[in-house]
Amino acid sequence: METVALERGGRPVLARLDLCLTERRIGVIGANGSGKSSFARLLNGLLAPTGGRVTVDGLDTVKDAKAVRRRVGFVFQNPDSQIVYPTVGEDLAFGLKPLKLEKAEEARRIRLILERYGLAGAEDRLVHELSGGERQLVALAGVLIMRPSILVLDEPTTLLDLRNTRRLMAAIDALSERVVMVTHDLDLLAGFDRVLLFDEGRLVADGAPATVIERYRALLA
Amino acid sequence: MIGSLYLPGRSPLHRLPAGLKAAALPVFGTVLFLVERIVPLAAALALVIALHALARVPPRLVLRQLRPAAGILLVLFLSQLWLADLSEATVLVLRFVVLILAAALVTLTTRSADLVAALERALRPLGMLGADPRKFGLAIALTLRFIPVLAVVAEEVREAQRARGRDRSILALAVPLIVRTLKLADEVAEAIDARGG
Ligand SMILES: Nc1ncnc2c1ncn2[C@@H]1O[C@H](COP(=O)(O)OP(=O)(O)O)[C@@H](O)[C@H]1O
Ligand SMILES: [Mg+2]
Repeated sequence: METVALERGGRPVLARLDLCLTERRIGVIGANGSGKSSFARLLNGLLAPTGGRVTVDGLDTVKDAKAVRRRVGFVFQNPDSQIVYPTVGEDLAFGLKPLKLEKAEEARRIRLILERYGLAGAEDRLVHELSGGERQLVALAGVLIMRPSILVLDEPTTLLDLRNTRRLMAAIDALSERVVMVTHDLDLLAGFDRVLLFDEGRLVADGAPATVIERYRALLA
Repeated sequence: MIGSLYLPGRSPLHRLPAGLKAAALPVFGTVLFLVERIVPLAAALALVIALHALARVPPRLVLRQLRPAAGILLVLFLSQLWLADLSEATVLVLRFVVLILAAALVTLTTRSADLVAALERALRPLGMLGADPRKFGLAIALTLRFIPVLAVVAEEVREAQRARGRDRSILALAVPLIVRTLKLADEVAEAIDARGG
């Protein structure tokens, strides 16, 4: 990211950011409305910067939007707005469509990813009959099946209970992909390499989790 | 209900091409409306029920397909009874029952993705007029997916308003429901973008 600025609805939302994100695990924290979601959406071109430019592995998020989307997977807070087909298998197939795979290969990849997330055999299950935790895992699987090299997650555990949070985090921990995760759950950031703290659209701290979290607590006090 | 859409199985009906089943339905429906007598309609009902059995649909599920329409069917029956006579009322209701069950049979034995794909193929000629058949397909899939989601949202809104003693006000129910639906639509559009749809 180079001197990026972002306005939404005519109001500045993010101020001059100059960042190079290379770490494997990056956390993003800050109060409601501080600009975390906007920041996350810059990373895969869902939002275009109003100043400066954002590049991912050398690709511009505006000019090479398609390639960037393929490289950067995005998991939203609410799995209900992310899963677009009525059954699990159909939804996973949706992500694979652009690859134009053979039916058998498509089915194989779907079976493998479901097995990996403890959802073996769930292809024909109706999405709305799954638990919230299972749904978030399906949303994650729907993104990972496209084999992105970076995964951006915007508060993926907010709607989950403790057990499902653990399940999701175990799945995320096991990933070899780079991860950028927005969260209010500071405990989840313990093993992260770097944490960014936003306050009213400004990056106010950037560093190791312990230091940045302490700074966040001080800011709230 | 549309929520209990697809019933996984390997019956001959499950294995029929989706396009064939989708095309057979309107043909069957047209024939039904040409039939004016009770006996052939009763035979059609028996046939549709037999096909449900062939597809191994549990009887409980067969009844559940009819429940949402039961009120309307009753009104139809009574009004025909009043306007015409018993046999015409029976013919009319029988027709609708058979049609509902036939439609349910198609959705119970066909994956929505296959239906959508068949529809996309059927709409392909429209592509020459500049329409995108894939978008139609996605629209149908989204409809099937979000009816149960919206039912949950509506129930949440109703509970929240009931907790505040406002569940008798249409406005108090409609406004938050519409707001949340629009927000959901926004999020879904964004997610489809993010997933390269
Ligand atoms: N669609 C939008 N249009 C205009 N302003 C928005 C929009 N979404 C968010 N904002 C504003 O941008 C700011 C940052 O929001 P957001 O990035 O969602 O913060 P966070 O995720 O940290 O809660 C807020 O002031 C919010 O009001
Ligand atoms: Mg947010």
